[in-house]
Amino acid sequence: MSPILFGAIVFTLGCYVLAMALALLRLYRGPSAQDRVLAMDLIYTIGMLVMMVLAIRYRSSMYFEAALLIALFGFVSSMAMAKFLLRGEVIE
Amino acid sequence: MNPELFGWVEAAVALLLVLSGIFTLAAAVGIVRFQSFFQRMHPPALAFSFSSWCVTLASILYFSARREQLALHAWLIIIFLSITVPVTTILLARTELFRRRTHDAPSADIPPALSHDLPRPAPSRAEATEPRADR
Repeated sequence: MSPILFGAIVFTLGCYVLAMALALLRLYRGPSAQDRVLAMDLIYTIGMLVMMVLAIRYRSSMYFEAALLIALFGFVSSMAMAKFLLRGEVIE
Repeated sequence: MNPELFGWVEAAVALLLVLSGIFTLAAAVGIVRFQSFFQRMHPPALAFSFSSWCVTLASILYFSARREQLALHAWLIIIFLSITVPVTTILLARTELFRRRTHDAPSADIPPALSHDLPRPAPSRAEATEPRADR
């Protein structure tokens, strides 16, 4: 792995961590519940991106399954929470 | 693969990764700094679309160059994201509209609902001028 790619991976992971911390700040502060759901969705997506960058870092495609699972659970949980906020129940 | 070409591929992968990191950071700064919820709904789209596309293209490029065959399995993630993200976004937007209409004081910048929940008898003139108080 060339030093350019290694430096880029470290920089990208640092950006992701910072972005997760900012989204966590919104999750903590958020005036309404929708803000918190949105911030949680963003955190899920950034976690998926972290998995894909780690796949490049460790040259293993096993991380893609984890990324796919994180994306799936993020979608299901965000949709369930949004549906709950909209109707008061998830499955009518 | 010859090492010089692989070096260029690694440089392209590094560029894509750095772009994705910067745009994700921009999305997070936007979600913290914007004022209303409808403004805050926009910046995560950067992370959902641009950053995901960049990382997916980077991993496709990198693994294709390493194995010297087309490695398209990362494409699944971007297909899945582009299907699911609009659903979540629309549900959250409708939630915000619903909650602003029902829970808070009705304000002028919220558009009225298009569909009425129950067919109700024709209101008298005095009722029709009053603000709606559904639910």
